Amino acid sequence: MSSKNLILRRIREALGENPSEPEVPRDYRRGEAPVDLDLLVERLVDYQAVVHRTADISGTIREIVGDGQVVVPPGVPDEWLAVRFIRDDGLSQDQIAAADGVVTAAAVAVVETGTVVLDAGEDQGRRILSLLPDLHICVLRADQVVASVPEAVARLTPGRPLTWISGPSATSDIELNRVEGVHGPRHLHIVLVQEAA
Amino acid sequence: MSTHAPKGVGHLRGDRPFPAAAKVALADPQLRRNLQHATTTIRGKSGRVIAELPDWQELRSAGSALKAYTMANLPRLLEQLEERVTAAGGVVHWAADAEEANRIVTELVAATGEKRVIKVKSMATQEIGLNEALEGAGITPVETDLAELIVQLGHDKPSHILVPAIHRNRSEIREIFLREMPGVDPALTDDPPELAGAARRYLRETFLSTKVAVSGANFGVAETGTLAVVESEGNGRMCLTLPDTLITVMGIEKVVPAWQDLEVFLQLLPRASTGERMNPYTSMWTGVTPGDGPQNFHLVLLDNGRTAVLADEVGRSALHCIRCSACLNVCPVYERTGGHAYGSVYPGPIGAVLSPQLTGVEDNASLPYASSLCGACFDACPVKIDIPSILVHLRNQAPHPRSEKTAMAAAAYTMDHPKLYERAQRAAKAAKLLGRRGRGLPPPLNGWAASRDLPEPPAETFRDWWRGR
Repeated sequence: MSSKNLILRRIREALGENPSEPEVPRDYRRGEAPVDLDLLVERLVDYQAVVHRTADISGTIREIVGDGQVVVPPGVPDEWLAVRFIRDDGLSQDQIAAADGVVTAAAVAVVETGTVVLDAGEDQGRRILSLLPDLHICVLRADQVVASVPEAVARLTPGRPLTWISGPSATSDIELNRVEGVHGPRHLHIVLVQEAA
Repeated sequence: MSTHAPKGVGHLRGDRPFPAAAKVALADPQLRRNLQHATTTIRGKSGRVIAELPDWQELRSAGSALKAYTMANLPRLLEQLEERVTAAGGVVHWAADAEEANRIVTELVAATGEKRVIKVKSMATQEIGLNEALEGAGITPVETDLAELIVQLGHDKPSHILVPAIHRNRSEIREIFLREMPGVDPALTDDPPELAGAARRYLRETFLSTKVAVSGANFGVAETGTLAVVESEGNGRMCLTLPDTLITVMGIEKVVPAWQDLEVFLQLLPRASTGERMNPYTSMWTGVTPGDGPQNFHLVLLDNGRTAVLADEVGRSALHCIRCSACLNVCPVYERTGGHAYGSVYPGPIGAVLSPQLTGVEDNASLPYASSLCGACFDACPVKIDIPSILVHLRNQAPHPRSEKTAMAAAAYTMDHPKLYERAQRAAKAAKLLGRRGRGLPPPLNGWAASRDLPEPPAETFRDWWRGR
């Protein structure tokens, strides 16, 4: 008997006839709730991300990056990039790791947890791009922000590679002291785009 | 038919019973200080972020019901998961026990021709002793989680599910790095950021040059074939993104029915586990994605005693565990003995029920007693596993010495006969002169009293007081 059949047979025997199957109560908070951008910023900052609320994307990125060079996914618009950049058209690991930073867009952000999610879309790129450089600048539109985790899960497409990011890389493995930046980017900047008044 | 995890492989059985191992741990004041600091800190953080959610109890109920639903539908959900992973370009393997899982993974690595794998922290691969199996086949496994790296370099064993090196303080970690980490700066201090920086430098080149990774999985979604790993440091992302081949070992109980169900578990796990609103990184992948991440993906579905746990209707819910470790951090017994005393990779209250069920109670007979039954673990569990009830249930299954049965029968008889009971009470008072707290009892009763304090007999019994009223 194959191990698959063996395991499935063991499970069926273990469960016996008609195992009781409970209804799953869904009375926790679901559905759309108002988005509080101030709270999002507070939660992001609490997890050591730097937040820029601005209408000027390229100026803000320029301010963060200075003379450094960033890598960018294929779909990041030119008008964001008043800095030196290399576009990812199949860059090598070494080229990506050597960059001073990376600029991406986002797919969804969650107020309650201070999380941004990348779904590897054209303006977010391969997962490796936001992984190797030490600085990640993530441009987020207000209409991408939702209040809760259930709303974010509902907006995302499960077949895509997804990366949920809450603050920069961190460890608490040494006497529970939080240390930012072990292996992922040590610096996370969120550019929260607000229309000019 | 119930088949437990095989003997002689993996890390579910200690080399001595809990009371003996606990005695050693209790004599180590440094260990107790480290543990007390850690458990108190995590408890506090977790309590604060849980209090932010007005629907925490509703989420717990949903999580608990989802797990029960999953167990009841396990064959269908596992086959659906297999079908979706396969359709997305992955390969699914089924492993009846630790030996088979180790063989599958070792052969998959050998087929790539590589001699080194990077590893994401994973309870399942620790449970089956995968590192030892790989080493036996001439393959070097490199743990990339900072705490697991500290444990691996220290030739040590993990002592906590979430923070495996919690028993080590910064100066011990510095010594381990200086002794074991190639190329480390001899001027390294014990400042945590500096220690983390040393690990970053040490591992970066390994991440970039290793072609095979092994991970566990926090969740596997049957409906979509999506696998999820939650972590903090980015070492998980490195392992899940950079290599050509990814091999994921997942216990069969980790399947969740639908994509939507992640909305429950992604709220429960981080808050109960690290006390964060969300862990820094969660990675989700479905099979392989051309041009992004590993192009070869293997999923190994592991039984290793889980179906034996499933066969016990009372103990079954131990399989609901999402490995958050909240029960460890609230347990007065764990806080004093630490994880090593449990002898299994699953320590604390959940370990005390899970390990004996995976191995068969006779192989871990002392673990159901490694608890005060205070119930704090039940309150803390984000999926409402009634650990105290399972502990009591397992105590009844554990082999009892004949002397205990005789003594209990004698006690029952005495309590049924008022005259005898009165005489026994007087005898107990007299025994106070002979020894304290049961330590002066004759064999075999002294064995029973070795790990239990007997109450002091009162100066006046209730009966004496009643008569003299």
